[in-house]
Amino acid sequence: MAEIVSLAEAVERAIHDGDAVAMEGFTHLIPFAAGHEVIRQRRRDLTLIRMTPDLVYDQLIGAGCARKLIFSWGGNPGVGSLHRFRDAVENSWPVPLEIEEHSHAGMANRYVAGASGVPFAVLRGYNGTGLETLNGGPTIKPITCPFTGETLTAVSALRPDVAVIHAQRADRSGNVQLWGITGVQKEAVLASARSVVTVEEIVDELDPRPGAVVLPGWTVTFVARAPGGAHPSYALGYTVRDNDYYVAWDAIARDRDTFTRWLDDQLYAGRS
Amino acid sequence: MTYTADEMMTVSAARALRDGMTCFVGIGLPSSAANLARATHAPSLVLIYESGTIGAKPDRLPLSIGDGMLAETADAVVSVPEIFNYWLQPGRIDVGFLGAAQIDKFGNINTTVIGGDYGHPKVRLPGAGGAPEIAASCREVIVVLRQNHRSFVERVDFVTSVGYGSGPGDRERLGLTGAGPRKIITDLGVLEPDPETLEFTLTGLYPGVSASVAKERTGWDLAIAPDPEILAAPSPAELDALRAFQGSQARSHQ
Repeated sequence: MAEIVSLAEAVERAIHDGDAVAMEGFTHLIPFAAGHEVIRQRRRDLTLIRMTPDLVYDQLIGAGCARKLIFSWGGNPGVGSLHRFRDAVENSWPVPLEIEEHSHAGMANRYVAGASGVPFAVLRGYNGTGLETLNGGPTIKPITCPFTGETLTAVSALRPDVAVIHAQRADRSGNVQLWGITGVQKEAVLASARSVVTVEEIVDELDPRPGAVVLPGWTVTFVARAPGGAHPSYALGYTVRDNDYYVAWDAIARDRDTFTRWLDDQLYAGRS
Repeated sequence: MTYTADEMMTVSAARALRDGMTCFVGIGLPSSAANLARATHAPSLVLIYESGTIGAKPDRLPLSIGDGMLAETADAVVSVPEIFNYWLQPGRIDVGFLGAAQIDKFGNINTTVIGGDYGHPKVRLPGAGGAPEIAASCREVIVVLRQNHRSFVERVDFVTSVGYGSGPGDRERLGLTGAGPRKIITDLGVLEPDPETLEFTLTGLYPGVSASVAKERTGWDLAIAPDPEILAAPSPAELDALRAFQGSQARSHQ
């Protein structure tokens, strides 16, 4: 059964130096508050996993939390580049960043395999691309269908130590409910050994919502109340995207000094 | 009415979509073009965003694929594994719209790295996203990007998404089920693959653009169709609809 704790306690107890951590939320319900708490607690040598490493991963990478990134699209959506991610890959600042790169379909299937308890997933994909032969090579292999003889692509399962997601609500037993664009969060939580779920609110009873994903409390390790925890991304029914933040981030992240000042002022000084 | 080269490019991309098609849409120019088509000549166009919204009917341009409006107006909202596995992979989607940082004469696309080598690139780009499987599995693909020496290159630095590989027969050999890129729409005109060689050839030009300018702004020896079509300038209705959408997006930024 999920324990309902503070965000600081959830991060303290669930995420350790060297862990493989998947923070998911496909442009909606991005767990920014949890990511910021990881930066505040100065975790190091993390393998960060995320289909769309956007601003929150730019911040974690720039803060030196990550040793490796497993991803499929790294940009500031609708704005441009992730400058801290680029600086880490192009110049090893603040520390070298190993990368393992896939397509969205490959990443989604790797989570499905992890959640399903099988070592790989099969898809039509990667044929003829540079991805199948490069760094992704050890996690992308051709496979022959035992029924038809056709050659398909196998991708290895993702089994993170910890999944971190943001949801709209949980009840007092730690059952979690999220709706709208639900992305790959269910798969990420079920693929991971532990999980941290931040929520907009904790309610007595979860009334049904059309199209909602429900994660029973016994599949979740920690639930923490974090209203606005997806800011500046969307949380359908609660907050909309703060586009000014995304635009302003481009200028902050472009320069190491302005980024370092942002870290000191906005995170290490104690505010989020 | 006067118009910009980007407006002409967006209108041209919108015109490539036919009513009733299913269309896999990315944010940015593809989203503007698809929504313009839906507002003008293709009201039954089915917009599918990779965030899992099928049949989204936005009344303003979304800021990202996570925009709640896409979920609230969709016929169905599915998970990310499902959108790729059940909807894209089996070839259910008619047309995919892609952008690119680099494209070569066989329509292969690079959105991964430029210069240096993969481990130490000069420029690290965002990466693949949904593009490799869109390029592989949509029944056809339309690529939209501005035309210049940096973007139109003899050979892409990295093959993120496959067009026609190194020429005829490659898509079949690789088992790619869709037909591949049918048009590259630029700020100068339109390129289409030569039916024999599959090399992209200039077949259309916007009013006031010369073939020699298009040739000059291409990194390979661009073939020009014998009599390139002069494509119509945006109509007042097209421009009004496009600007209304873009105005609505600018307002939602506030």
